[in-house]
Parts: sequence; structure tokens; C-alpha cells
Amino acid sequence: MVKILEVKELHVSFTTFGGEVHAVRGVSFDLYKGETLAIVGESGCGKSVTAKSIMGLIPNPPGKITDGKILFKGSNLAALKDKDLRKIRGADISMIFQDPMTALNPTLTIGTQLMEGIIQHQKISRSEAQKKALEMMRLVGIPSPESRLKQYPHQFSGGMRQRIVIALALVCEPEVMIADEPTTALDVTIQAQILDLFRDIQKKTGVSIILITHDLGVVAQVADRIAVMYAGKVVETGTRRDIFYKPQHPYTKGLLNSVPRLDLENAELIPIAGSPPDLFAPPPGCPFVARCQYAMEVCDKVYPQKTKYGKEHHVNCWLQDERAKQMLALQR
Amino acid sequence: MTKYLVKRFIAMLITLWLIITLTFFLMHALPGSPFNEERSTSEAVQRNLEAHFNLDKPVPVQYIEYLKSVIQFDFGPSIKKSSQTVNELLGRGFPVSFELGLVTLTVAILSGITLGVLAALRHNGIIDYMAMTIAVLGISIPNFVFATLLIQQVAVNWELLPVATWKSWRHMVLPTLALATGPMAIIARLTRSSMLEVLTQDYILTAKAKGLTPAKIVLKHALKNALLPVVTVLGSLAAGILTGTFVIEKIFAIPGMGKYFVDSINNRDYPVIMGTTIFYSTLLIFLLFLVDVAYGLLDPRIKLHRKEAK
Repeated sequence: MVKILEVKELHVSFTTFGGEVHAVRGVSFDLYKGETLAIVGESGCGKSVTAKSIMGLIPNPPGKITDGKILFKGSNLAALKDKDLRKIRGADISMIFQDPMTALNPTLTIGTQLMEGIIQHQKISRSEAQKKALEMMRLVGIPSPESRLKQYPHQFSGGMRQRIVIALALVCEPEVMIADEPTTALDVTIQAQILDLFRDIQKKTGVSIILITHDLGVVAQVADRIAVMYAGKVVETGTRRDIFYKPQHPYTKGLLNSVPRLDLENAELIPIAGSPPDLFAPPPGCPFVARCQYAMEVCDKVYPQKTKYGKEHHVNCWLQDERAKQMLALQR
Repeated sequence: MTKYLVKRFIAMLITLWLIITLTFFLMHALPGSPFNEERSTSEAVQRNLEAHFNLDKPVPVQYIEYLKSVIQFDFGPSIKKSSQTVNELLGRGFPVSFELGLVTLTVAILSGITLGVLAALRHNGIIDYMAMTIAVLGISIPNFVFATLLIQQVAVNWELLPVATWKSWRHMVLPTLALATGPMAIIARLTRSSMLEVLTQDYILTAKAKGLTPAKIVLKHALKNALLPVVTVLGSLAAGILTGTFVIEKIFAIPGMGKYFVDSINNRDYPVIMGTTIFYSTLLIFLLFLVDVAYGLLDPRIKLHRKEAK
């Protein structure tokens, strides 16, 4: 498998009136060619900020990448100037936003919005750009694209608009597509259609997808690998199998337990008690310590190292630390 | 569209008729007449004059006769400026007023929008504070005060530009400046706030994510949407400029329509009052109509006519 994007020890901070919020605190992950990587976690864990940093879309000020590297095709995106980053944005890496109702400009036609990206990045004529736009609309499953091209966003339904937004992201044939909660604003039946569309597109174009979501149902359907984020850190990564069948971090287990189940009778929803730490003053140790039922003294003081659990399975938790296992062996 | 235009045209005629009726009866309700001044005329002369201008008949009869002549676009003779018709007065004054109004409106719109956009892009920066200080001054200083200040400083003290009258472009600078500052300030403030709002919208982020240049994002995606509320107030701003011209024309001795309008009221020159009122109202109604059409063109979500459901 070829690594296409590498995020290394990324730190992002926001300056606010109350002080500096350390939203992303050393996030690292790799993205392989043609795979779907899901980044999951609750609201405010830094998953959207991570995605926007890759695109260079963190509003600065107040936001700033303070440390770390984002490696793509040999260049470090975190250090690029906006002018150079613009050539990559939309062309090599594109992004889909959460709400299709607001992500499209209400006063420009769909055609204009689809074509301006192509015209920006490729030296082609308007008619060729239009041909490409039509091709993309067909790919994302919009019926009679020729007449639809001249219409405005308000003439489309929510699901159709999300298809347009996806077409917008794919129109320059990018290698990486970042989807920030692409199905959250849609109802369940449309959600399923859009997820099908993702799989279909990936098969046809080979695009690598970073899927950002808090919906584990979505993750189970489309993700190849999963990174679980908590309080600005990746706490566990693994294949879909690893995470769903052998979750190691107590937070991951908690997340899985809090998914509503319809297949079990009298299945009780088990929430994770407590709330995430305040990122104005992040704790020195594991940020999950206050909510973790297995917490030890060391968890409160020192952040656990990354422990390899399987081939692709890594976890940052003292419970899985090598030294703990050694202690266990001594006991026996 | 044609159906909308016809409907709109009829509504405009009704509005105009209401304005004519109200003005006509209010005008005649004022005490005095064009002929009672300090200089006493003999009763016989006065009666002859009144008969000549149809003023001896009862007011409702005068009203009907006036309406008849207005339908034929005849606004009657001026009472005070003998041997001139109102049509002639309007024909002479309007081009000058129109020039002043148009130049003022153009200056106000262009500078107001530029100032507003710059302020929004440099939100809370020095340019923002400077632009908004100018805007607050522009709104709070009445144009006649600003006009006299300009004359004193630029024309009298520095002798850069002529003090008054209307001949070359140099004569136009000061009146235009005095008249444009108020509307410019309003447009600038409105553009700024609406631009700030638009810039936080999701579709701006989408545009950024496409890799568009900042200039394209601002001009193509942000400005068009930010201008919608500005277009709404253009109608009433144009009205403000119209009323502003009365005062400014008087201060700068510009031979426009405003002068005739003000004089006609002082003189109770009934046909001129009516003629200028009708003219200004028609202009304003038409401008408001243009604003509505422009609004529909700018924002595809607004339909001027109700379409049958497909």
C-alpha cells in the first residue's frame, strides 16, 4: 500500500479572549491510496480542525498550526504559503462540507459553481469544462444534467445538493477527498444513498477518502481504517475489524456501547459518563482519565505511549502498555 | 413577466393618482393665493387674473380640469414666471438636476461599496476603523452644513474650485461631494455589515476549498450576495438624493428643478408645485420599480411573478 498523505504530530491552536485553546494536540495518521480512513470522535475533539488544517482552511487569526507536518507528494502542506496551497486545494485534495443546504452559493448556477474549479486549475476551454461538469454530474447520479446545469441550488433537494457538493469535490479528479460529516444533515434513506455513492466513486476513481464523522453506523459501512480521536489526540487506530471487534481503548469501547442497537431486545444504551476536558488547560496525562473506569494513578500524570496491538492496530492507553503486561507476567 | 409588468404599471398609475389628488387638495387648503402679496392689486385685476388661471371656479372643478390636462401631459402655465409653461421649466431644469443626481448616485454607490468591502476585508483593522469613522461623519453631518464647509475651505480659502453655478466639471465637484457623502456613508455601513455576514457563510468556505483566488472569492461569491441588501435601500437613497438636490441646488445656485420647486411653494405657484411634484413622484416610483427588477435579477430565489407549479 502506498502512503499518499502523512500527518505527523500536528498541533493546532486558537487564540480566544479566554486564552489559547489547544484544539489539536499532536495528531498523527497516514492515508493510503484508494482507502477510506474514518476519523471518529465526539463534538469538539478536533476532527474537523484536523481536516481543515490539511486544506489550509483554518481561519488565521485566530487559528494557527503551531507544530507538526502534513506531508503530501513530497511537500509539507503545513509550511506552504497560501498561494502555493491554493494550487493543491480543489485540484489534488478537495473537501466536502457538512451542510449541503449552505455549502452552495445561492445566487450562482450549479454549472458556474462546478466549472469555476476546473477553470481555476486546468487550462481548458469553457465548453470542455462544461463537458467535464456534465460528466461529473452523471457520475454522482443527477438525472438530466444538461438542464440541471443552468439551475440554482434552491431548485435541488437536500440529497441532490449533497451530490452536487460531491461532484464539486471530484471535478478536478483529486487524489484525496476529505468529507467532513457528509451525511449528518441528511435523513437516513438519503444517507444510505450517499454512502453507496462514496463506495461507487472510490471504485471508479480510486480516490482516497478521509471521512470525518461521529456516526459509527456510517463508519461501519464505508471505512477501511478508523482513527478514534479524543480531546485533540488520536487515541486508537486500526482497521474496521480491529476497532469494531477488538476495541482496546476504554473510550473506543464506550463509544461502541453508546450506539443505539435495534437488533437486541431490551438493549440498554450505555452513555459515557462525564464530559471531555477543557482544552484551555489540557491535562498532562491521559485526557480520558476522569471518565475512565479503569483509571490508574499513572494515567493522571503521564500520557501513555503508542502501543502496537496488531498489524495496523495502535492504541494510546496505559492498560495496553508493554510494561503493564510485563508486570502482569511477573505476577503469574 | 409581462403580466407582472402590466400589474406593476397599473399600481404605479394608482400611486401617482393618489399623490396628485393629495397634493392638489392640500395645496388649495393652504391659506392665501398666488396673487395676495404686499403689493396690492385692484380687485378687478385680481378677479381677471383668477379667471385667467381658472382659479375662480370651485376647487373640485379645478381638480377635474387639471387631471384632464395632466393626462395630455400638459402641466399648464406658470403663474409667477409669466409666459412660461411648467413643461418648459421642467425641460430646462431637469437635465441639470438629472446630471447632478446621477453623478452623485454613481459616486455614492461606487465609493460606498468600495469603502464597505475594504472595511469588511480588514475587519477590526485600521482601514475598517477609518472607513467607519468616515461613514459616521457622513451620516451625522447634514449635507447643507458640509456644503458650506466645503465652499468655505476648498473654494474660498484654497481657491481650488469655483464657489457656485454650473458650467464645467470643476463646478460639479463640490455639490456632488456635498450631496454624495450621506448616501455613501449609508451604503458603506450596509455593505460592510452584509459583507461580514456573507464572508462567514459555508459557501465561501466551499469556494476557498476549490482553490479560487481571494479576489475571485470576494468579487464573484461574496460581493454579489452582500449587495442584495444594498440594492434594497438604493430606492430610498435615490429619494434622499432628490430631496437633497433642493437644498444643494439652492446653496450652489445651480439652475436645476429643485430651485423651481422651492420657489414655487413660496410663491404658491400652483401649476409649478403640481408639475414638479408629479415629476419627482414619477421618477421615484420608477426608481423603486427598477430596484425591484434588479433585485429579481441578482437573486434567483426571488421571483417577480408567481410561476404555476410544474
